[in-house]
Amino acid sequence: MSAPRKLPRWAELGLLPLVNLTAALLLSGLVVRLLGESPWAALKLLADGAFGSQEAVGYTLYYATSYIFTGLAVAVAYHAGLFNIGAEGQAYVGGLCTGLVCLGLGTWPFWAVLPLAVAAGAAGGAAWAFIPGWLQARRGSHIVITTIMFNFLAAALMTYLLVNVLIRPGQQSPESREFGPGGVMPPLHELLAKVGLTFASTPLNLSFVLALLAAGFVAVFIWRTRWGYALRVAGENAAAAGYAGISPARVTIGAMLLSGALAGGLGLNELMGAQHRILIDFPGGAGFVGIAVALMGRNRPLGVIGAAILFGALAQGGSQLSFDMPKVNRDMVVVIQGLVILFCGALENVFRGPLARLLGQREGGA
Amino acid sequence: METYTLIVLTLAATIRVATPLLLAALAGMFSERSGVIDLGLEGKMLGAAFAAAAVSAVTGSAWLGLAAGVGTALLLGLLLGFACITHRGNQVVAAMAINIMVAGLGPTLALAWFNLGGQTPQLDGPGQRFAGLVWPWAQQAREAPVPGLLYAELLSGHNLIVYVALALVPLSAWVLYRTRFGLRLRAVGENPLAVDTAGISVNGLRYQAVLISGLLCGVAGTYLSTAASAGFVRDMTAGKGYLALAALIFGKWKPWPTLGACLLFAFTDALATRLQGVELPLVGVVPVQFILALPYALTVLLLAGFVGKAVAPKAIGVPYSKDK
Amino acid sequence: MRAVRLNPCPSVVEDLHSIYPALELRGIEKRFGAVHANRGVSMSVAAGSIHGLIGENGAGKSTLMNIVYGFHQPDAGEILVNGKRVTLPAPHAAIAAGIGMVHQHFMLVENFSVLENVVLGAEGGRRLAGGLAAARAALEKLGRDYGLEVPLDAVVSELPVGLQQRVEILKALYRGAEILILDEPTAVLTPQETTQFFQMLARLREQGKAVILVTHKLREIMSITDRVTVMRQGAVVGEIATKETTMRELAEKMVGRAVLLKVEKGPAQPGEVLLEAKNLVVRNTNNVTRVKDVSFSLRAGEIVGIAGVAGNGQSELLEALAGMTAPSEGEIRFRGRYLVREQLDPKARRRLGLAHVPEDRLRVGVVARFSAQLNAILGYHDRAAYNRGPLLDRAAIVAGCEAKMQEFDVRPPNPALRLGAFSGGNQQKLVLAREIDADPAVLLVGQPTRGVDIGAIEFIHRRLVALRDAGKAVLLVSVELDEILGLADRILVMNGGEIVGEVAGAAATEEKLGLMMAGVRGEGSA
Repeated sequence: MSAPRKLPRWAELGLLPLVNLTAALLLSGLVVRLLGESPWAALKLLADGAFGSQEAVGYTLYYATSYIFTGLAVAVAYHAGLFNIGAEGQAYVGGLCTGLVCLGLGTWPFWAVLPLAVAAGAAGGAAWAFIPGWLQARRGSHIVITTIMFNFLAAALMTYLLVNVLIRPGQQSPESREFGPGGVMPPLHELLAKVGLTFASTPLNLSFVLALLAAGFVAVFIWRTRWGYALRVAGENAAAAGYAGISPARVTIGAMLLSGALAGGLGLNELMGAQHRILIDFPGGAGFVGIAVALMGRNRPLGVIGAAILFGALAQGGSQLSFDMPKVNRDMVVVIQGLVILFCGALENVFRGPLARLLGQREGGA
Repeated sequence: METYTLIVLTLAATIRVATPLLLAALAGMFSERSGVIDLGLEGKMLGAAFAAAAVSAVTGSAWLGLAAGVGTALLLGLLLGFACITHRGNQVVAAMAINIMVAGLGPTLALAWFNLGGQTPQLDGPGQRFAGLVWPWAQQAREAPVPGLLYAELLSGHNLIVYVALALVPLSAWVLYRTRFGLRLRAVGENPLAVDTAGISVNGLRYQAVLISGLLCGVAGTYLSTAASAGFVRDMTAGKGYLALAALIFGKWKPWPTLGACLLFAFTDALATRLQGVELPLVGVVPVQFILALPYALTVLLLAGFVGKAVAPKAIGVPYSKDK
Repeated sequence: MRAVRLNPCPSVVEDLHSIYPALELRGIEKRFGAVHANRGVSMSVAAGSIHGLIGENGAGKSTLMNIVYGFHQPDAGEILVNGKRVTLPAPHAAIAAGIGMVHQHFMLVENFSVLENVVLGAEGGRRLAGGLAAARAALEKLGRDYGLEVPLDAVVSELPVGLQQRVEILKALYRGAEILILDEPTAVLTPQETTQFFQMLARLREQGKAVILVTHKLREIMSITDRVTVMRQGAVVGEIATKETTMRELAEKMVGRAVLLKVEKGPAQPGEVLLEAKNLVVRNTNNVTRVKDVSFSLRAGEIVGIAGVAGNGQSELLEALAGMTAPSEGEIRFRGRYLVREQLDPKARRRLGLAHVPEDRLRVGVVARFSAQLNAILGYHDRAAYNRGPLLDRAAIVAGCEAKMQEFDVRPPNPALRLGAFSGGNQQKLVLAREIDADPAVLLVGQPTRGVDIGAIEFIHRRLVALRDAGKAVLLVSVELDEILGLADRILVMNGGEIVGEVAGAAATEEKLGLMMAGVRGEGSA
């Protein structure tokens, strides 16, 4: 067997993900068939549920917002050669910090709370990512394992805090009291109304714009700055980084800080944008979806945005689907997510070879 | 006397909690010793738990359930092998994909087949579960408190899978250190190129390893749904696969220390259950979350080299290719 | 399971051997994508002979030997062992056919014992105990017969490389190899060890084994082989009896034109001391001392060579000087600055004028998957010339790369091309261009011509001499004695982490350096 074949850029970034996605969807269709429903009808329901109305689009983009944050988090770490499986826990802790700011300063005007809430979310996520990053950099602890462990630790910590500390007095379910008005992210339909546009009332909120800004920042930072250059060198070849005077350890820590900070953006959307309180398990697996989003989007910001919208559509369309097809429940969406990760990530080499042959590419150089 | 009973009961609970952990950790040991990271323990166990419960519910036989559970985990292991060994895909990604896919697939299929909201039916018919094996004279032994209770509760009364899991520890140690297969397995996780040039198929060995892992995960998952509880529920592994992985690391990829780690982790779990809401002298009520989080924290400390050192097989996680 | 054939000393060479060659290759073809690695290669190796296989890097020697060992499959052609056609789909088939191979990079499981390494793949049964006992007896006999004694229960990672090599040879002999392929076996040996090694090879020849010696060292071919096959660009360009040829003829066949075996240079004019190392001690991550109390100085206008067998601390010394690792003790002075005390990293040292071409180009010196232009700023990426405010200046980066490619004749001159797609020589020229372009006062160079074709070697050597003539200082670490002898004005010899002696370039001979490389202290030692 020879080395993995090379594809032209457009095929690598566009065609290959599309082929992989198609394979994942075909297999998902097979599962739907197995459940005794029509895959074609399911797909139509899904698409309609995700994009069929303003409301549907709003919800899709609302879900996508969370996935952009976590997808960017995974992508940034990836470029530094790190596999951050801990976006879930980082988002959890980051959200806690955002939530605490909103609880404490809810009476302040929103525009004063916003920067603090953003900073707190970023700091919380970064702090939770810092420890695995530091352990990898200084003690050589495998970051995949430590970030997994930190997801569990975050869950334990949050359960404890919500059950014992933050719980609203007299309340049974583990969640905090509501944020004050200053802690509520303006919904997009309200902002649009101010400029005279009407949009259906959905949880889609200002964080969507913040997520897009974050993607823009990542694009410039990774590919256009010397720090991004250093990060990519360290990710590709740690020995070459050391030779060039780039400390791989510092890059590891720095990349994990940035990654965790991005994951920490999740709380802006989920808590400030939609729930307006801290509640148990609010990331709801968005950290893991981030892995799928990053893989599908080839770790590029534009790709991440596209993949996040796709997964947002799956999440939103999936609810619609389970509503209209009694034999299909929301777990089907999780199956599709898993299949997308499988085909876009683990099995990516399966189609690369045939595609390369099809396009008549040859691997030059040994 | 009451304290003694409490201790024996906690230890017995420890063994029951440790069983699926041990099976999964030994599964991971074979896979990781061959150089394949086994983050997919969770998914393989969950898939097996679902298949075992579903088949047992339909056929009324726990043994057919076991066969289905093992079969499912083997298939998932093969999928992992296809992605990571044959196509040299990223092992972590493949395992995550399988975990996520299975987490969705179980409830999805359960809903479609049994229409019980993502669960399988309660397994309460005769032979649908693996029942405890009561040893001779266990009931009578209960009368003689100290050794009797130990015999009746700690040694006797577990189901077959518990005893099998414990027996697998010396068996695994023997296979790993005393057989040709074990030698090759240890070698391929350290330096696959050396194995290849010695005329042994690297991929063949790795496939054998992931299949053994599938087999053991299948037993572990079957235990969860048809022995420890009576049916499959959503996310019933609840991170046990990752906990098993932590135990494997804590046990430094060796059978006996891994058993020790599994017992330790299971003990914290049993203890947390016992201590729920109990006022302790000096410290007061210990939040149960902190006790449950202990294994994860310990593993992080170990990985950080603050308590001993865990050295992974050298070639772990690296897809093998002749051309480097 | 295939049986282990133990056949350590057939006292009579079988008749078969006189009729058929032990190994014959006919028209072997192999392509890797666009690379035509072997073009119709035929060769024939007699039993009881040592057959040299020589060629430049990338000539296709390793591919050919990997095909013989069943590691790669030929696209066309046949392989005959003792006159019988064989197919070798995998190494086990080659082993069964009596072919053994000692790879340049040893194929050993480092945390296994010698015994476990030898039996791996030839365990003699499902249970280990019996096989290990039998192997122990057999290995002790093999060790005595061939002078290959190794402590069987030692863990391989704790053995010196010379002994590790013995383990590899034992592995092959234990499997009953009649045809033994040795890929660059002397790279890890001193000249004196090499002599002993060749005595062992001669004994294998007496026993009727066919030995194939793959090397790029002409001298070794001349001293030990019976016949030699020369390869160039994937094809055989000659098969000759060794005593009917000369080194010059072989070199010309290898390169395809007349070559200068010597670099033209005038006498050195050393100036002020630029770089000074004092009592340097370097320990590796396992806390093993790799550099012991090394002191020396480097003057403007001279090339100082550091000679030594690979693995004697030169690499670690070079990395400590460049700032990639911190020495545990000692100080490095560079133009009045104290590099150790000030904890200057490689980037800071480059700013001061201390540049570095690393030994292992692909692993350390470049990022193979990046474009040439991005590689051309590695280590200089935060210089003002390549940045505009917080952003990288793409136009400046491309222009800088184009200029370097032009000056150092890098082909193809395409800055956007992935670095891995360039040949070894062109990669090295780009690295050299990057480091020289910043106008350093001192250039540290490790193995500048490793994996580089002869044309590029001449170019690189000329540039190094030109740098010296421009008043710069060059510290040259190389395991190629010819390179050191050809370029260095002064030669320091390292053994076991110490500088065991210093010789003026003009007074140095291979024998003298060889003795010192083996640890015999020479004149002027510290």
